[in-house]
Amino acid sequence: MKEKIFINARIIDPSQNMDEKGSLILNDNGKVKAIGKNVKKSDTSSNTEIVDVKGNILIPGIVDMKAFVGEPGFEYKENFRTLSHAALSGGVTSIVTMPNTKPIIDNVSMVDFIIRRARDKASVNLFPCASITRQTEGKLMTEFGLLSGRGIIGFSDVNRTIQNTELMARIMDYAADIGVLIMQHPEDYELSKNACINDGEIATRLGLEGVSSIAEKIIIERDLTLLSEYPCRYHINQISSKQSIEVIKKNKNNGKKFTVGVSINNLSLNENDIGEFKTFLKLSPPLRSEEDRLALVQGIKDGLIDVIVSDHLPEDEESKRLPFSQAAAGAVGVETLLPLSLEMFHNESLPLNKIIEALTINPAKILKINKGTLSKGSDGDICIFDLEAPWKVDANKLKSKSKNTAIEGRNLQGKILMTFLNGQLAFNQ
Amino acid sequence: MAVKKNNTAIKNTPKHLLGIQSLSILEAKSILDEAKNFIKLNRSNSKKLDVLRGKTQINLFFEPSTRTQSSFDLAGKRLGADVMSMNMDNSALKKGETLIDTAMTLNAMHPDLIVIRHQDSGAPNLLSQKVNCAVINAGDGRREHPTQALLDALTIINRIGKIEGLKIAICGDILHSRVARSNIYLMNMLGAEVNVIAPKTLMPKGINKMGVKSFTDMKKGLDGCDIVMMLRLQNERMQGSFLPSKREYYEFYGLTPEKLKYAKKNALIMHPGPMNRGVEIDTKLADDINVSLVKEQVELGVAVRMACLKKYCK
Repeated sequence: MKEKIFINARIIDPSQNMDEKGSLILNDNGKVKAIGKNVKKSDTSSNTEIVDVKGNILIPGIVDMKAFVGEPGFEYKENFRTLSHAALSGGVTSIVTMPNTKPIIDNVSMVDFIIRRARDKASVNLFPCASITRQTEGKLMTEFGLLSGRGIIGFSDVNRTIQNTELMARIMDYAADIGVLIMQHPEDYELSKNACINDGEIATRLGLEGVSSIAEKIIIERDLTLLSEYPCRYHINQISSKQSIEVIKKNKNNGKKFTVGVSINNLSLNENDIGEFKTFLKLSPPLRSEEDRLALVQGIKDGLIDVIVSDHLPEDEESKRLPFSQAAAGAVGVETLLPLSLEMFHNESLPLNKIIEALTINPAKILKINKGTLSKGSDGDICIFDLEAPWKVDANKLKSKSKNTAIEGRNLQGKILMTFLNGQLAFNQ
Repeated sequence: MAVKKNNTAIKNTPKHLLGIQSLSILEAKSILDEAKNFIKLNRSNSKKLDVLRGKTQINLFFEPSTRTQSSFDLAGKRLGADVMSMNMDNSALKKGETLIDTAMTLNAMHPDLIVIRHQDSGAPNLLSQKVNCAVINAGDGRREHPTQALLDALTIINRIGKIEGLKIAICGDILHSRVARSNIYLMNMLGAEVNVIAPKTLMPKGINKMGVKSFTDMKKGLDGCDIVMMLRLQNERMQGSFLPSKREYYEFYGLTPEKLKYAKKNALIMHPGPMNRGVEIDTKLADDINVSLVKEQVELGVAVRMACLKKYCK
């Protein structure tokens, strides 16, 4: 590989508190050799490849902490190849994949299988999760130690919650000792039974069973209580409500160590967008009120929420063309994660570096991986985007195998121009 | 010189009756006016018309129903339509067929009207997107039951002469009731004041934003009401999950002659049926023709459904 220099870039790398016009040099191994305003073309040799960024923004490749890949078992929804293409076209270079495949990733042989399969088929950095409990049934814990040893980055029952408090206590206790990451989806099943939408006037009008924010809050409060006793690496996958933010604020202010994620969907949509039974907007956790959405945006600003995830959940048409209560929950989103996040910059809700931070260095720190940064010696995973370019979301143009986007027809501002993976051009608009 | 005509065919998209929420006041009034004519017809010796001759009406009932289904059945037949009733309880759905598949199959048979009842809210909306004929909602989940509200309105108009300015109480399991929702929209639209009365656990969230006042106390909720609509309370909800017991419910929310006194003098009682006598309503009260409109509701239901079928069948 030839040495590369990226010139005329506005480099934003929150891991180094950097937002400046400058250049970046990748060495012939695709690692960052030099970065910043003091880097000059004259620092390179004559056969260095020059990439002119033309004043656009250059950031570390995005780390998406929650995406579903259909392999094995749901290849008709998404596979490693299509997920990779979708991710790279969205500037995403590292993905944490969820274990709720068929069969579920809850044992060592499954891990070996997907790691081999990903090596052969995927063209992004994949970090697989295993389930916290066997079959995600919430009854028996999986082999945290052995699974981690085989390359599992963290543990998640995806959109299922460990209801049994005694088991959760033991999971946290055991995880604390061996240092593994536990990612919880907070939802009390008794309170959310049959529910598919936020509780309130819209649920009443649509005649759908609603789930109140309390179902989320009560599990967060329980887990944070346990966390005082068993201080493991604890991450809340996704929150959706103002009430949860308040609990998180109280606990973080008291010095408790844990991290929190939010889906881009909950940051940019609310329950009104469901209209008349749009099943593509059936999500878990559900879209809530505008007040909740604003609280979540503020939560990022205040550092109460650490990461923004795509919650990429491809579903085929058959799973969505059903009455709302029967339809599958979830939406694709890895390709639109950054452009949709930029909406919060354009409407002046968040500063740009906060958004980039929640998409790059913050998830990398939680996962303890050397990604999401362009500091000297890091991997050359790079996303280059035009902050202003307008475009319209067209489901048929998405690279993901499934087309269930929640933002069909939305006008966005900000377009990914190029993505580099380990110094190699992996996507070019 | 002749004006150049645009020769592209105008797509004839049928209108559907999916709920009162999507109905305009003019549409509602035109249905009620038309239905008035059918009341007389239904009481006469010769009950049959041929306005829907040659038309096919399919009744697609995914939930068991006696009165609504037979009412639609009769309404279609009296207008001369060919009516086919499909009881979907024990049909293709058990073989894994989805609602869309069923819709496509039926659509291929060229019906002019599909009357659907489904346990899932929004199912008629989904169906209407996939078929070429008019869809009439005969009750979906807990969302809407538009023809029930229309027949309730017709019954009130037939007895009192108007709805505007009346005070109407809806009492019982509001949370699970599509009848309550449709009636809230329609009675509000036609100018009535609506009170809803239910125990806290059966009161849906956000109900006060829907243009009603909510009460947990019968005495306060019935105060000054001209009409008392009682709702059916399902047995399984009375055994500790939503309410302590049947006995306790009857004590506080069952309509008795004593509680009826909280309402206006000469207030009238309605019930969409089937009634749980001795649970939500005193049995003698239910049968008292001076105060109970229950029988008229059933009778006028046929007239309202005839008006709906005629209006939406194109």
